[in-house]
Amino acid sequence: MTLSAYVSGLGVLGPGLSNWPEAAAVLSGQQAYRPAAAVLPMPTILAAAERRRIGRVVKLALAIALEATSQAGEDPAELASVFSSSGGDGHNCHELCLALSLAGREISPTRFANSVHNAAAGYWSIGTGAMAESNVLCAFDASFTAGLLEALTQVAVDQVPVLLVAYDSEYPQPLHAKRPIPDTFGVAMVLTPQRRAPSLARVDATLSDLECDRFADPDLEALRCAFPAARSLPLLRLLAARTGGTAILEYLDVSRMEVRIEPCA
Amino acid sequence: MRPLLFKNFTATSCIGKGVAATLESLLAQRSGLRNCEFETVDIETHIGEVAGVDDARLPDHLYKFECRNNRLAELALHEDGFFEAVQQAAERWGRRRVGVFLGTSTAGILQTELAYRERDPVSGALPPSFEYGSTHNSFSVADYLRRRCRLEGPAVAVSCACASSAKVFGSARRMIEAGLIDAALVGGVDSLCLTTLYGFHSLQLTSPTPCRPFDAARDGISIGEAAAFALLERVPAGLDGGAVLLLGIGESSDAYHMSAPHPEGLGARRAMEAALAAAALEPGDIDYINLHGTGTPSNDRSESQAVTSVFGPTTPCSSTKGATGHTLGAAGALEAVISALAVKNGLMPGGVHTNKVDPTLTAHYIRENRRAPVARVLSNSFGFGGTNCSLILGRTG
Repeated sequence: MTLSAYVSGLGVLGPGLSNWPEAAAVLSGQQAYRPAAAVLPMPTILAAAERRRIGRVVKLALAIALEATSQAGEDPAELASVFSSSGGDGHNCHELCLALSLAGREISPTRFANSVHNAAAGYWSIGTGAMAESNVLCAFDASFTAGLLEALTQVAVDQVPVLLVAYDSEYPQPLHAKRPIPDTFGVAMVLTPQRRAPSLARVDATLSDLECDRFADPDLEALRCAFPAARSLPLLRLLAARTGGTAILEYLDVSRMEVRIEPCA
Repeated sequence: MRPLLFKNFTATSCIGKGVAATLESLLAQRSGLRNCEFETVDIETHIGEVAGVDDARLPDHLYKFECRNNRLAELALHEDGFFEAVQQAAERWGRRRVGVFLGTSTAGILQTELAYRERDPVSGALPPSFEYGSTHNSFSVADYLRRRCRLEGPAVAVSCACASSAKVFGSARRMIEAGLIDAALVGGVDSLCLTTLYGFHSLQLTSPTPCRPFDAARDGISIGEAAAFALLERVPAGLDGGAVLLLGIGESSDAYHMSAPHPEGLGARRAMEAALAAAALEPGDIDYINLHGTGTPSNDRSESQAVTSVFGPTTPCSSTKGATGHTLGAAGALEAVISALAVKNGLMPGGVHTNKVDPTLTAHYIRENRRAPVARVLSNSFGFGGTNCSLILGRTG
């Protein structure tokens, strides 16, 4: 069973990678990878009151979603979306658990509203006016591939363009010791059923039993392993190379995903 | 969309373990809401607690998954022969051809809340026994069930607040239609925890009394817990007339506010219209609407407007949350099972605890049970972040 779509826009943000062109230069070997703390821009699509309420994970998700949709030339208001994150807003979660462990248990209503796993999808809808369907997933370390699978089936079955946003952010201590995600990393893709002018490549995906691809460069391999959303890097490397080929992406313990890439010349 | 067979289903909530007990409570218009005595919670509110959750035993090899949420999943899994039905599906289609799609809002976060009380006084570290991935993480319940049922197909948790376990049907539908799987274990599991009890309380959205959806004096929700599952397959040829089908799914976003519904229910309306379009049905084809009906002033007003704008003021509707409480991420699946029971038994369950229907709400809210043929039910689920999902269940033809 093969699922097909065109990658018509990309957004990337993570440690030492501030957008897709930078990531593409690193992944295609034109530039060395220099790890550095991720820099998250304040989303311009939100009103001031909302900007004050959002945490790092929402800034990350909105930044990559905006980069991908603008590259694809898509109106965000019309796009169906799939958000996939391994853990949502870790800082917000920590503050809630801390407050609940103290006498009085006074918790902030804003923090509670922001604690939903679909907070980033909600702010995206509010900021862009998108009323289309939006699904929000979690599959722990398999969250990127689970999101890609969901988005590809939606493109294939419903024949609509879909925005995929996969993103992860850190927990502060003491949860950090139990879930050591070091910073933020996210990747967004606009997947379309037909080839469009901005399309980078056609992707054909199947589930696979093969071993997943890794990086020889220790810093890039560390990046891939550190963030569930960075399990996308072997696919991004193929897209950056613009030569086509096949990548095997990590998924569940019992399966991987094979993606074949054919660049749009 | 191509209809799907709602082949097997089960639900466990405060009104009963399994569908027989659930149906009995619905027929008797019995509520499971009680004064909150959960854990150390000190809030004046009523809750829908499932008895015996912490007595449920997980298999030894899955000990890392020990938490209230997975115990509730385990408890519910063995009602109505559901576990056996999943095994039969796995044997028939192959373990890789059965997917797992579970909705939850808070998964096993209670485990983390408890661990935060046990932080090391010097280092602040959480206790060594605390497991994050198999309890707190949203995926934990989907991962638990795929391991428990030994399924190897695609697996994912959907976490869209209170629409989570309605939206799982959309994910499963697409994967079956794409040909990636032949059957899907779908459902929702959400269990009581301090985050939601104190959280909704902080927003002044919990009622001190049992919740009264659509009542003129309604003043908030009663939080409940539940696990509800369904096994979905393609509709086979030569289906008998008693079968229940999933006929339509409609999803939308409000694009309005994180914790308040759109005042005119625009997103809700869009979801209901999309579900009707997916099922190729007209509003007049729906016999009964199982409302989201949380019992907050704003939800019920906005939902009533949305329902009336699509269906007019005559289609009977009610919320079963006066009986079950608002089971949050499990509500969509629980109410899908209740909708299937409505179809199978010709029952439109009257909303309990509602004394006087708000005369300013124009939807046709029923407080008494009605026994009449029910061919098609629409069920609504809406969540924080402005996420909406409507399901249509019914008979074939």
